[in-house]
Amino acid sequence: MEEQVKNKIIELIDVTKTYDDTVVIENVNLYVKKGEFITLLGPSGCGKTTTLRMIAGFEMPTSGKVLLNGRDISELPPNKRPVNTVFQRYALFPHLNVFENIAFGLKLKKVTNTYRNKNGDTYTKEEHLSKAEIAEKVKKALEIVDLEGFEKRSISTLSGGQQQRIAIARAIVNEPEILLLDEPLGALDLKMRKEMQLELKAMHKKLGITFIYVTHDQEEALTMSDTVVVMADGVIQQIGTPADIYNEPKNVFVADFIGESNIYNGMMPADRRVRFLGREFACVDEGFEKDEPVDVVVRPEDVQMVPPEKGMLQATVTSVVFKGIHYQILAEIGKAEIEIQSTQKKEVGDRIGIVIAPNEIHVMKKEFTVNRFDGTITKKNRVEFGDGEFDCDVTRLYPGSRLDEEGYLITAKGEKIDLTGVPVTVEVGLGDIRMSDDREEGGAEGNIISLIYKGDHYRYIVRTENEEDYVLASEDLWNENDHVSLIIPPEKIKLTLKKTEEK
Amino acid sequence: MVKNRQKIKNGISAVYLLLILLLIYAPILLLVVTSFSSARIIGEEGSFSLVWYAELFQSERVMGILVNTVVLALVAAALATLLGTAGAIGIFYSRKKVSTVMQGANQIPVVNAEIVTALSLAILFAAVGLQRTYFSLLVGHLVLCTPFVIISVLPKLKQMDNNLYEAALDLGASPTQALFKVVIPQIASGILSGFMLSVTLSLDDYIVTSFTKPATFDTISTYVYNAVKNESKSDLPLIRALSAIVFLVMIVLIVAAIVSSSEKKKEDRNKNA
Repeated sequence: MEEQVKNKIIELIDVTKTYDDTVVIENVNLYVKKGEFITLLGPSGCGKTTTLRMIAGFEMPTSGKVLLNGRDISELPPNKRPVNTVFQRYALFPHLNVFENIAFGLKLKKVTNTYRNKNGDTYTKEEHLSKAEIAEKVKKALEIVDLEGFEKRSISTLSGGQQQRIAIARAIVNEPEILLLDEPLGALDLKMRKEMQLELKAMHKKLGITFIYVTHDQEEALTMSDTVVVMADGVIQQIGTPADIYNEPKNVFVADFIGESNIYNGMMPADRRVRFLGREFACVDEGFEKDEPVDVVVRPEDVQMVPPEKGMLQATVTSVVFKGIHYQILAEIGKAEIEIQSTQKKEVGDRIGIVIAPNEIHVMKKEFTVNRFDGTITKKNRVEFGDGEFDCDVTRLYPGSRLDEEGYLITAKGEKIDLTGVPVTVEVGLGDIRMSDDREEGGAEGNIISLIYKGDHYRYIVRTENEEDYVLASEDLWNENDHVSLIIPPEKIKLTLKKTEEK
Repeated sequence: MVKNRQKIKNGISAVYLLLILLLIYAPILLLVVTSFSSARIIGEEGSFSLVWYAELFQSERVMGILVNTVVLALVAAALATLLGTAGAIGIFYSRKKVSTVMQGANQIPVVNAEIVTALSLAILFAAVGLQRTYFSLLVGHLVLCTPFVIISVLPKLKQMDNNLYEAALDLGASPTQALFKVVIPQIASGILSGFMLSVTLSLDDYIVTSFTKPATFDTISTYVYNAVKNESKSDLPLIRALSAIVFLVMIVLIVAAIVSSSEKKKEDRNKNA
């Protein structure tokens, strides 16, 4: 399908970027169509700015290619690319006034002019733009950003919003093929930001050039873009129109990051049937294996409240917050919590019935059902995996075996085996790992890099120093970036011998 | 009661301040006063006279030394500024490990005793067979001044918004153009203060100068020191006049610097308002 897409202005092919040993961008494939407004969206540290900087030329990909109009520009320096950037903190030159800032690029630019000599032959000359041409272009750029007559002003006398506009003028005056915007509205207050969003959108229409926009603000991304690219942890999660991304999130991360969501663990007993919140619902998804565990997402505005007896589920209201257009209502169904957005007012303690229409239930394949690691048995019959070392029960590797006093394993047949250095596959369930803030207590330690609320518990991802990830479920609330040690009871560590080791 | 106590407190602090100022400035004032006395030796009877000043300006030797000193200071400061600025930019854009090591290495000559620097330079020159010439003297002053230029330029680079350089590249400037059009103007105040620091360091340096200068060459410092040490009585009163002039020039420079910086601050404040 991708082959059919014409007029790709920028294309990233298998781009990976690592700093020292840390992978910031992993195997990114992305194309941008000419004239498109595309937004890279994700939490901080997801690699969106690095991706932008590789398109600008400030960073070179560690591997992979960046194509501009089909030509490889991976190694081209930024000053040779027909691309201009609006920086997060504007990066206006404080020693130059507004005119000189905007004219900076124009003064460096050389154009090829054609002349005719006495004999009537034509010849070309590389020339700088004339002063009058530059003044004219600067004037036009200032008109576009609504700051006519600001030429002589010094940068330090401008407000944040005005500096923002000058930064945009300085970039678009060079008539780039692509305008890159790195969280350009991040430093403005809310009202100003909303205004600038609409203005940027209008500017994009007027100029007709490609905009690549970076933000962590999902609302901004949905408002402005033709296409949204959701990134997390250096990997693209989903590419689509704002409506696609909102209505059909591909995984729980996207669902959680874009808008509000109720996320639950579920199971597919049959096609178009899904079980969650202790009940079976009709849904529109199919193609899962029987009883396959899935993630279920329901948007709060898609939950309908009815009298208790008419509901598919009964719930008790625990909190009501007025939000202007609607009420945000939290209700409890047994142990699980559900968020509802509705124009109906409810009181805390009200019994309500809940109805969810089949097409409002979004079922997605689970990314993580179990933690699987490559491990090795150590001298003390412990197991080393995932950047840590844990106690385990090695006798489970051979049914009916036992350990002798010296630590050798005696199999059921009486064979004596030294397990030291034996490679194994380790499996640990999501619910079998416990977190503690006592660093000594667990077998491995790391930082929480992601948490997602699933109605009655949280799903955490903990990353160790050497980038091993543990996925676990816990009812306790921890914070992102908390440093935790991971405890796994020996009986919950499932060991299997690696195939190659079996004769 | 409380008022009185406050008055006494203020009185004591004023007296204390006066005492300190007196300790600092009395010797210099004494020097200035005696430079206007016709007496050849301090303590001799004399009357107000400008005779030493007249003689000073007529002495070709002293005038020559004065020119030597100023020219040396300006040349050394200019070269040190060039070297130091390039060094600071190099350190700033190096990888972190290199940059840390280089900054540490740059600190050593700054805190090191000057006599050690002077002596090691003399030994180095002897080892490589370099004669004591104007060149060796210049090298000595460069070694003295360059680290100070680096420590006055580096903070300016660190304060600079790093995106500025990238913005220049983004707008089509080559790395060299970006350096001269954007980075250098941003750190100009650091470069200037590095230059001024070098001028003052070189102007009044005695130790490094005496270890690296050719025998027949003198700066004010070496001339004054030798004159006092050898008690060539004929020169002593001239030196009082010379020192008084140097003192006056310094005061004028300092006042000018304070006035210009306070005016600049005012300007900035007006701009921001």
